[in-house]
Amino acid sequence: MDAATWGLIIATFVACFVEMVEATTIVMAMGYTRSWRSALIGTFAALGVLAVVTLAAGYALTSWLPESALQLAIGGLLLIFGLQWLRKAILRSSGRKAIHDEDAIYQEEVEAAKAAGDTKGGLDLFAFMVSFKGVFLEGMEVVFIVLTFGLNANNIPAASLGAIAAVVMVLGIAVALRRPLSMINENLLKYAVGLLLASFGTYWSVEGIGIFRDGRESLDWPGHDLMILALLAAWFVLSRIFIAVLRTPATPTPAAGQIPVEVKK
Amino acid sequence: MKFLKAFGQFWYDFIIGDDWKIAVAVVLALGVLLVAMVTDLFGDTGLTLLGGAAIVIAFAISLAIDVRPKRR
Repeated sequence: MDAATWGLIIATFVACFVEMVEATTIVMAMGYTRSWRSALIGTFAALGVLAVVTLAAGYALTSWLPESALQLAIGGLLLIFGLQWLRKAILRSSGRKAIHDEDAIYQEEVEAAKAAGDTKGGLDLFAFMVSFKGVFLEGMEVVFIVLTFGLNANNIPAASLGAIAAVVMVLGIAVALRRPLSMINENLLKYAVGLLLASFGTYWSVEGIGIFRDGRESLDWPGHDLMILALLAAWFVLSRIFIAVLRTPATPTPAAGQIPVEVKK
Repeated sequence: MKFLKAFGQFWYDFIIGDDWKIAVAVVLALGVLLVAMVTDLFGDTGLTLLGGAAIVIAFAISLAIDVRPKRR
């Protein structure tokens, strides 16, 4: 297996890992407080819909769009996702945004589940819907990342392998620990994924602008694929500069339990 | 109508997210690159480097706008 394929697998693995941790937190909260059966049915229903969306979108993208249009459309969207993740990572690292905390999110979901009241009948609709929505929304980003990376590298199987490995690993850890995966440094992982998406997104979206010139040929970066590494280094250096410039003045260390955390999914 | 609104809201949240300025920055940067390309300003190497620089600058400006009110 060459370096590009390993890079593809690692990129989709890390991106999928982060999204799976968030989805697992929601499903565990529903399972422990409401009904495991309904939470798992909601999870598998969402996975089924995601599989259909992946097949349909993959077929449509490869059948209908020329290469440069594909690069522009999905490269542009990947760039938007990547820069949003990078923006959050920069604001968190510079102390301007609360850190993401899976324990806080879990507690919030548990409170909501308890407040929702009992459901009569076989299926707990609250647990089903919350689990379905959580897995579907987090999974959509994974589907998008797998499709974009896989299609651009002409290697959907390798991209899928990275995503499936992440799903298996997160589920394995969750089953073994039986509690939210808050020990994982999700903010650091999101920073890494943001850098990857921003680099690949910059590369592909700029290439894809070639769709608007005669012959519809993609623009050609100097150094070709090696330029992705240069872009990765550039985004990393720039993000460190942004963090240093935006860092808020040092404040006394907050007491335990007073560290600002973000409970938004 | 309700379904269409929810459908549109889903895609808005999915693509634009919680900061619309990022999407605008990307569109503007690629727009600058497009204008440079159709006016034959540079060859491929110059255009790609210009595109990369435009994206970085647009992102920096969106971030600067983002943090500006908090400095008051």
